[in-house]
Amino acid sequence: MSVTKQDVAKIAGLARINMSEEELDRMVPELNNILDWVEQLGEVDVTGVEPMSAVIENTLRLRADVVDADPKTGGGKRDAVLANAPAAEHGFFGVPKVIE
Amino acid sequence: MTDLTSLGVKAIRDGVAGGDFTAREVAEAFNAAVADAAELNAFIVTTPEHALAAADATDAKRAAGEDLGAMGGVPIGMKDLFATTGVQTTAASHILEGFKPQYESTVSQNLWDAGAGMLGKLNLDQFAMGSSNETSYFGNVSSPWRKQGTNAAMSPGGSSGGSSSAVAARIAPAATGTDTGGSIRQPAAFTGICGIKPTYGRCSRWGVVAFASSLDQAGPMARSVEDCAIMLGAMAGFDSKDATSLQMDVPNWEAAISADLKGKRVGIPKEYRMEGTSDAILESWEQGKAWLKDAGAEIVDISLPHTKYALPAYYIIAPAEASSNLARYDGVRYGLRELPEGAGLQDMYAETREAGFGDEVKRRVLIGTYVLSAGFYDAYYNQAQKVRALVAQDYKNAWQTCDLILAPTTPTPSFPLGSLNEDPLTMYLNDVFAVPASLAGLPAMSVPATMTSDGLPLGLQLVGQPFDEQSVLDAGLAIQQRAGFDHAPERWW
Repeated sequence: MSVTKQDVAKIAGLARINMSEEELDRMVPELNNILDWVEQLGEVDVTGVEPMSAVIENTLRLRADVVDADPKTGGGKRDAVLANAPAAEHGFFGVPKVIE
Repeated sequence: MTDLTSLGVKAIRDGVAGGDFTAREVAEAFNAAVADAAELNAFIVTTPEHALAAADATDAKRAAGEDLGAMGGVPIGMKDLFATTGVQTTAASHILEGFKPQYESTVSQNLWDAGAGMLGKLNLDQFAMGSSNETSYFGNVSSPWRKQGTNAAMSPGGSSGGSSSAVAARIAPAATGTDTGGSIRQPAAFTGICGIKPTYGRCSRWGVVAFASSLDQAGPMARSVEDCAIMLGAMAGFDSKDATSLQMDVPNWEAAISADLKGKRVGIPKEYRMEGTSDAILESWEQGKAWLKDAGAEIVDISLPHTKYALPAYYIIAPAEASSNLARYDGVRYGLRELPEGAGLQDMYAETREAGFGDEVKRRVLIGTYVLSAGFYDAYYNQAQKVRALVAQDYKNAWQTCDLILAPTTPTPSFPLGSLNEDPLTMYLNDVFAVPASLAGLPAMSVPATMTSDGLPLGLQLVGQPFDEQSVLDAGLAIQQRAGFDHAPERWW
């Protein structure tokens, strides 16, 4: 499978990255090179193989179902969360107007 | 007095504890060495005050007769992928320029708790995506090594290139690294130092800027195997803030380390004799076999049949995870915001990400977005995850006949900066020997072995079974003792 300039423009749109015409032109052969190369995975017989999602067998832990059960993962950090925001007002993140 | 900057982790810690010198003297010596080495571009920011404060705390503890910790008095370099409270953390990307975390990563906090101090934040490939340290927004890092008879700047490897350059240049006794598909081992091999990636889950990922979460692991880089054992012990441990953190005790690797390999079976994978591997590398591999045999190990031939598919599988899985992880850089919560006059929210996202991400990062985000998109998910991503299962199964089969594996770390020695930029694929091939162990989450280490005829270091790689960092470190020590690698780059900076 290979991608066209229109495909790359669409992917860039999905990824929310602006791209100039020149950048798109440059990206098309680069991506196609990489995609051609990964195509070899199609040769591998994967009949009956489950896709791997966890590399080391581990069980997911559950915490007690109460607020801030583990103080390490608890909340109450509004000011710290907002400290690096490009725009923050009244305890919220600021964004351009989204509702007309 | 000895030149303090020539000392490693153990020598510094024991020297401070024994009163041979103070932690402050050590910190001052390394702060000065860092300040003198700006030409390497190994650091993005330096934090001499942090190193001095930690040193003073260690000296005060010693005066009070208290325990100094496993890293007491040792100043280290911190890869700029670890969040450090109040100190700019960028992942070498413009999109995070100026970001000052309000929290400390678990691994860095563990190191400070063990008595270490910070010399500064080390340069790296942008978001750890690269194998040569040429994708940083803050400029290339130079290796302290040069090919005999040339002045060309050489690659320190990547992505932990600031770490490898600083440790090899003796401007830091040790540094943190992270390894997603070879980013500790390949730079260690390129610069003649040691580096170990532990079993996936040993070191907490909390506070580490995410690249590919199912692969990312932190580890130490230092000039000896013992120093790596000490520092890994300080970094590792269960952390409830990381859902994939291993809930198991951290062994005392330093205390148990032994170069006696009697009863150990070392596997030699035949698939690693790949076309394009340099003769010098193949020779050093033979040499490595002889060293391990001399240490008492039995050498056995093994097969890892899916080796050739590991790298293409990685270049689907890692970009897929990266495209998801990097969705958080949106100009809203932290980092860069590009908001042209009159632009809406969607424009702001797209402008911010265009301006903030480098070329390699964009390339991988696009590939990741593509392989996860409707209609292509099964053909690419799902297929790659199945191949990953087969790569892991290869290792499980191998453990029936061997206890650990010896292989080269890289197919070639270091190369001049700029020489592999034409085609991203050529650069990717550099990690062909490192990626399989990453896909399987196994502990793996690079140790310096020999030098090429034109004066560049070569490394050997040891891969162990899950949770068996000890065997990897033991075999590393056996090689270290026999290789007697004491080469240091000649100072030009």
